[in-house]
Amino acid sequence: MMDAAARRRVRSLVRKEMRQILRDPRTKRIVFGSPILQLLLFSYAVTTDVHNVPLFVVDHDRTAESRALTDALTAGDWFHIAGSSDDPSDLERALDRGTAAVGIQIPPGFARDLAARRGAAVQVLVDGTSSNTATVAQGYATRIIQEFGLDRAGITDRGVDLRTRAWFNPELSSRTYNVPAIIGVLLMLMSLVLTALAVVRERELGTLDQLLVSPITAGELMLGKTIPVAIIALIDLVIICVLAILWFDIPIRGSVLALLVSSIVYILASLGAGLFISTISRTQQEAFMSMFLLFLPAIVLSGFMYPVHTMPAFFQALTVLNPVRHFLEIVRGIFLKGWGFADIWLQLGAITAMAALVLWGSTARFRKGIY
Amino acid sequence: MLSARRLAAVARKEWIQLRRDVRSMVLAFVLPPFMLLFFGSAINWDIRELPIAVVDRDVTAHSRRLVESFEASGYFTVTERPATMTEVDALLLDGSVIGALIIPPGFARDLSGNRNAPVQLLLDGGDANTATIALNYADAIASRYSQLVLLRGQRVVLPVEPESRVWYNPTLESSNMIVPGLIAVIMSIIAAMLTALTIAREWERGTMEQLAATPVHRLEVVFGKLLPYLLIGLFDVTVTVTAGVIVFGVPLRGSLILLGAMTLLFLLGALGIGMFISAVLKSQVLATQVAMVATYLPTLLLSGFLFDIASMPAVLRAITYIVPAKYYIAVTRGVFLKDIGLDALWVQGVSMVLFAMVGITAATAAFRKRIAQ
Repeated sequence: MMDAAARRRVRSLVRKEMRQILRDPRTKRIVFGSPILQLLLFSYAVTTDVHNVPLFVVDHDRTAESRALTDALTAGDWFHIAGSSDDPSDLERALDRGTAAVGIQIPPGFARDLAARRGAAVQVLVDGTSSNTATVAQGYATRIIQEFGLDRAGITDRGVDLRTRAWFNPELSSRTYNVPAIIGVLLMLMSLVLTALAVVRERELGTLDQLLVSPITAGELMLGKTIPVAIIALIDLVIICVLAILWFDIPIRGSVLALLVSSIVYILASLGAGLFISTISRTQQEAFMSMFLLFLPAIVLSGFMYPVHTMPAFFQALTVLNPVRHFLEIVRGIFLKGWGFADIWLQLGAITAMAALVLWGSTARFRKGIY
Repeated sequence: MLSARRLAAVARKEWIQLRRDVRSMVLAFVLPPFMLLFFGSAINWDIRELPIAVVDRDVTAHSRRLVESFEASGYFTVTERPATMTEVDALLLDGSVIGALIIPPGFARDLSGNRNAPVQLLLDGGDANTATIALNYADAIASRYSQLVLLRGQRVVLPVEPESRVWYNPTLESSNMIVPGLIAVIMSIIAAMLTALTIAREWERGTMEQLAATPVHRLEVVFGKLLPYLLIGLFDVTVTVTAGVIVFGVPLRGSLILLGAMTLLFLLGALGIGMFISAVLKSQVLATQVAMVATYLPTLLLSGFLFDIASMPAVLRAITYIVPAKYYIAVTRGVFLKDIGLDALWVQGVSMVLFAMVGITAATAAFRKRIAQ
């Protein structure tokens, strides 16, 4: 292993790096402030829940029954009235302009048909341009209207009575699913950016040459550059987990140790990728662009914003090579399903293999690139 | 006086510089079609053939037919038939099924006796969106089945029958939603990543003094520098629109002229903001990062591109009003899918004009200050 002198050299380099990061208030903000900000932004903005859909009502019937139907639709927080009119062309205009996403049209004679059990018709128009919202909103509207009809007709006998329970996330809130995943995204981002920029900055400023004439070896230099980043990433991990638990009320149901171990392996994989980028970039600008080109597909193919199981087969196959995908499965499993080591060995194994590969490859390139 | 010749000279210089930067060229010409293919085919919210487990404790013709109607819908596939509830738990836990349908004994008896026949559906709620959609489908399947059974051939008369129609995108295809929105995302990347460099590069390479000493008006510099990016942006939009129509079959129903005019305004605004950031920060790395945070992230997250604005908390909803991409995406979706004109899009039109003016003014103002120093 390392002798005492080497350990001392690495330690002093780590100290120098830490000081460099912590001294600059701007870097400090990026390192500790931006994860919090991004956690909040992503948690609140990346939502596939459908609430509060603007609804336009054209009520030709104007009876107590038709008003009761409108009330039934707006009773939950699924719909709110964005407008109402007697004129169907107003509804059309509202959908065109996007001021309403769903419109209902209650025909004249609605109450009469309902009372006579003739099958009162209600027209539901859905703006399909946002396909996800439209699918969900259409389902809500159909269900509420049918329920309303059955209630009014006094039919309690529903035939097949489907009783649904959602496990792991009974309220079906997408935030519960997304917040743990943000950990994966932010850890990758932090480790990647800090490692790649730390090395390239020295090269740009010309201080890399100074380091090379010092007795430090390439391996020690690499350790000295990556250890501080790993420490910072772990601190970020703790900050995000604490926020997830205290602010977003998302408990860790599984093994904290498993979370820690897989995070460390995952951070190593991200550091490796960052080192690799630093070996192919001469300037910080180049490094930044390479990072962007690497990071974007990694996120799209991770299952973070869009589920993996609905992707075409080719893209699904690609996700197997993506450490982010495996890590997201691990964090989501640990947070929501109470997973432990026994459940994650496959994903953890995959990330470990990738981390080993990328670290080996970038170390080799790093050594060569330095001299 | 402004001179077209001087402006063209600045534009040519900028273009030569750009051409030599491989990464910028990749961003400008390779990334947009790549992103379109990538996002367009990888992002898919169309839920089909979700794996479910079935525990049939009734084992009658009725229970079998209910399971069949789940499969026949195309939304669910029965992949597992566990014998015990512990097995169901394990399957849901390791994620090999998304749900489990449990039919209790006596199901057929209850159904024939015109009583409520309870059936349990357990869903993996982790992925809330998939679960919500699966829940809606399952509900629809169950109630259709009940109607068939209860009425045994009689004409089905529900007390209230919702007649649901989806406009603009009747098959609810995700790509019809994503491709028009993607144009805005791609352009905000070009603006953020490319123009953020343009003035900062002059500072970093020390060529700013040369530029200041050259007899060009600052408007000529600003517009001259904008021109190559504007052309790249228009080229990218053309490629994206064409590919969207040909590869993804997205209908283009509205006026191309309207789309073109709005695109030009949006590009001017976005490029202007990028240049402003570049001129103020004078550092390429810093400018790119700020531009990413200021333009790219809001476009991705707060524009309604993928995530529904109405479902966001009030604070974020308020912020979306100052995200230009929100208005621009309303234009692209409106022109592509809705075939609407300026009468429906005048708010967006005014926003685009304002945005373009703000962008150009900011870029010009920031640029002058620096030269004067």
